Amino acid sequence: MTSTDTEPVAYPFNEATSLHLSDRYALIRDQDGLPRVRLPYGEDAWLVTRYADARLVLGDSRFSRAESVRHDEPRQSEGRLTGGLLSMDPPEHARLRTLVAKAFTVRRVEKLRPEIRALAEDLLRDMTEAGPPADLVDDFALPLPVGVICRLLGVPEADRPRFRVWSDNALSTSSLTAEQFEASRNELRAYMAGLIDQHRAHPADDLMTALIEARDDRDRLSELELVDLCVGILVAGHETTASQIPNFLCVLLDHPEQFARLREDPSLVAGAVEELLRFVPLGVGAGQPRYATEDIDVSGTLVRAGDPVLVAIGAANRDALRFDRSGKLDITRTNNSHLGFGHGVHHCLGAPLARVELQEALRALLGMLPGVRLAGDIDWKTAMLVRGPRSMPVRW
Amino acid sequence: MTWRVEIDRDVCIGSGMCAGMAPSVFELENERSRAAAEQIDPQEAALDAADSCPALAITLLDEDGEVVGPRP
Repeated sequence: MTSTDTEPVAYPFNEATSLHLSDRYALIRDQDGLPRVRLPYGEDAWLVTRYADARLVLGDSRFSRAESVRHDEPRQSEGRLTGGLLSMDPPEHARLRTLVAKAFTVRRVEKLRPEIRALAEDLLRDMTEAGPPADLVDDFALPLPVGVICRLLGVPEADRPRFRVWSDNALSTSSLTAEQFEASRNELRAYMAGLIDQHRAHPADDLMTALIEARDDRDRLSELELVDLCVGILVAGHETTASQIPNFLCVLLDHPEQFARLREDPSLVAGAVEELLRFVPLGVGAGQPRYATEDIDVSGTLVRAGDPVLVAIGAANRDALRFDRSGKLDITRTNNSHLGFGHGVHHCLGAPLARVELQEALRALLGMLPGVRLAGDIDWKTAMLVRGPRSMPVRW
Repeated sequence: MTWRVEIDRDVCIGSGMCAGMAPSVFELENERSRAAAEQIDPQEAALDAADSCPALAITLLDEDGEVVGPRP
């Protein structure tokens, strides 16, 4: 059965100023087939909300990201983030991904854990010495992942105020015209190209130097690909983690019994992070549509070759067919194959690093600020793809 | 010349990376990866998948038992 004749519904559903998952997802998930949705920009799309459908669309090579470049892809902003890994399919995608994949494997990232732990503790020590109240975002959630990705990639941390603006612009949904979006991206590219020149002159023990060698010695990627890969790592490497740290604390403050349990037994932290990754719908709405390259049946809807499909990960992560008591936060949940990092070839490159950062952030907060609580209203980010507090006043 | 595919299913996190990169070599079963065939023809896509696995759960071995992937 298909429902092409029905009027598409306006999308995205989630409000920016909370971590609530829109109730509309549950209604749609329980209906047959897939609904059509209309985003502020681009063509109409099918929307996937069920877990099994999400894994199919994200994991099956008959769904393409590279095709999106040839279409007016559905999106929340006028400007488009083309180029980079997320616009590529295998085997082209593998050429670039394999260059950086090794820097982010579980084994490599575990070696960074002591350093990440020390940075988290240093930041909280500075916070407690300055005394309450503090802004959890500016004083902890942002400098932690920024510090880690800067050192790993080889970007001066002191430049944070500069690339913060460009990074925000790259993930903004409404405030910029296509021209402003493009201008901001070019500034960030120029900044990164300058850093690459410096690294060429003075090689260092960092990922940027390794990528430069892959380009210059082995010709594995073009200069623009090199620049965009570094830009992508810098932006993706901190924005989501910086948002999830305060998001996780928000959710735990809303679930005091779960929070107390975690404080009593910090060995639950790793499982708690997985459950929070499942439970928190990070995005305002689904993005990065996959294009069918042939006619494919998805839950009874015939998706035609050339049709875009959006995958609502936050909704799939609450699918009761996959997760018992799917709407409940349970930090001891087992068999938790959530889709918080996506699935398939575009599964988050930095997932192992994000896991360690989130675990260490939570562990440090529980140990050093066990009585942490809100000291005022959260100021939520608006007009951004990723939800989270812009500032979060806390005391302890 | 063929390669043998080994997947540590205890280490696998089910990212779907390998099945997406080399669907003829890897498939997902109960949300974890498994080799679609014991022996495979040497191929770049399988090496790419072994290199890209976030859990480093994939090992490719040649007929002499030498590790060919993930590449160093």
